[in-house]
Amino acid sequence: MSVYVVRRGLQSVVVLFAMSLIVFLGVYAIGNPIDILINPQADQIDRERAIAALGLDKPLWEQYVVFLKSAATGDLGHSFVHSTPALRLIVEKMPATMELAIAAMLIAVVLGIPLGLWAGLRPHAFSGRAIMAGSILGFSLPTFWVGLMLIMVFSVMLGWLPSNGRGPTVEILGVDVSFLSLEGWRHLVMPATNLALFKLALLIRLTRAGTREALMQDYVKFARAKGLSNARVIGVHVLRNILIPIVTVIGLEFGSVIAFAIVTESVFAWPGMGKLLIDSINLLDRPVIVAYLLVIVAIFIAINLAVDVLYSALDPRVRLSDSKG
Amino acid sequence: MNADPAPAPASRAAQSPLRRVAGDFFANPVAAFGFGLLCTLVVFAVFAPAISPQNPYDLAQIDVMDSRLPPGAASASGGTFWLGTDDQGRDMLSAIFYGLRISLAVGAASTVLALAIGLAAGLAAAYLGGRVETVVMRIVDIQLSFPAILIALILIAVLGQGTGKVIAALVTIQWAYYARTVRGAALVEKRKEYVEAARCLALSPARIVFRHLLPNCLPPLIVVATVQVAAAIALEATLSFLGLGLPITEPSLGLLIANGYQYLLSGKYWISFFPGIALLLTIVSINLVADQLRDVLNPRLQR
Repeated sequence: MSVYVVRRGLQSVVVLFAMSLIVFLGVYAIGNPIDILINPQADQIDRERAIAALGLDKPLWEQYVVFLKSAATGDLGHSFVHSTPALRLIVEKMPATMELAIAAMLIAVVLGIPLGLWAGLRPHAFSGRAIMAGSILGFSLPTFWVGLMLIMVFSVMLGWLPSNGRGPTVEILGVDVSFLSLEGWRHLVMPATNLALFKLALLIRLTRAGTREALMQDYVKFARAKGLSNARVIGVHVLRNILIPIVTVIGLEFGSVIAFAIVTESVFAWPGMGKLLIDSINLLDRPVIVAYLLVIVAIFIAINLAVDVLYSALDPRVRLSDSKG
Repeated sequence: MNADPAPAPASRAAQSPLRRVAGDFFANPVAAFGFGLLCTLVVFAVFAPAISPQNPYDLAQIDVMDSRLPPGAASASGGTFWLGTDDQGRDMLSAIFYGLRISLAVGAASTVLALAIGLAAGLAAAYLGGRVETVVMRIVDIQLSFPAILIALILIAVLGQGTGKVIAALVTIQWAYYARTVRGAALVEKRKEYVEAARCLALSPARIVFRHLLPNCLPPLIVVATVQVAAAIALEATLSFLGLGLPITEPSLGLLIANGYQYLLSGKYWISFFPGIALLLTIVSINLVADQLRDVLNPRLQR
């Protein structure tokens, strides 16, 4: 087990290095940073001085080493637009994204597991079929367009909910959050629902498939033969056994919720990391792009590692050493 | 559509595989509807210049006086804008036909390219094994552990914007799915007797791979490819909506939706709404076809 964790941890470090190399080469070498970082009005001497100051006259590998060294100390450069450290900019925006992602995941879990269980127990009933049809829609509908339609119905037509922003935030433990005020809730509910839809559909399908499979197992038949109540059979024997894959997927999908928040944040003008990334790409604010990518890759690697380790701890049958094709 | 089911084994074997698959496919009315819808959309897209009421990108044909008219409004020149007009006075119906054309073209182009690359990588991994397999599959594993939208944004941030770059980003995302599918199928097929027989006949490796292995790996690949076309179209629309996809000169459905976003808040819903419906119909029809193809081509479900 500990050997596995160490090996898996080393593997994560390798991936992080590879990603940093790709991002560095992509952003700093393919695009010419000199044109962007240096005032085009500058004369030749000024230009050379600036190039030397930025270390751009050194060979590429040396630049990468410098980049890595400063990255290791948390310095990923200054934003051209905001002239603050890029990393601080990202970290400031992180709570908004995390709040949105957690709210979305909660919606998906709270609705998705019961709906999937219902559809799995009644696969041929109208209600079961309707839930499945709804989940197919959830897969097919492009997130950004659903967001627009939510705004159209609830903000423009009905006027119930605000269409953009985060509303007033309340500070708790030094972090600004929306969910502690009613106005914050009104701002949060639509983007969170929008972001949740895809994961909701996924969880419904996963829970339904798991339930149908579990119902055919001998231990469920045995529990029924023992005369246990229906609630107990489903609540304890079925649900417990299907929770292992569901917990894994929830963990793995949390990273993708953070990534997909880019789209939702853009639609609802939610001031999170994703909106910052899109703005930075449009403004060619390269240090912020690099910082965002490295931060999100690190989050991803951490989540994948945690889920893998957790999975092997939860389910002793899993031998994770082999990679499945 | 289907042959009489009574003497099933004999008559089914006599049918050509294509006719058998087609018969099974159209046995499901929902899938048949999806297929019909998809064909209609493709026809609209291919013949967009011929059937559109106007060429929405010919400045001589559009009139700013017609801008932001609601659906069904009459144009200054006598026609009717069935789906309204956008901020420049473009007929939305025509813009949607042209947008559909671009969206489908980008989706199809990226799928074909990704399919070719993924097929080559997957077959090489399965047939050669060893280090090639380890390297290819490790790249696939790492890539698939990140969501598509994130990889697309990294690539767009690195490469810059433009049609070719969007297609490149979509290909980079998709090849991994094909490589994984092909390798899985090829590994199973490789162990079967007919491949062994082909080896005993001392056929060249190329002939074994392309004439014997490849055709038998196709069914799962077709299903994955269908799903991936829909995913590619949705992703391109998302990128275009974010302003990071296709250039303004090639307005796909995503760009049309983005264009109407600012007018949505003032109640002019049609500029975003109808392109969105077109996008939705495209994705849903492809998914319906894919769902049925999965059932039809799955040997385990075959009667």
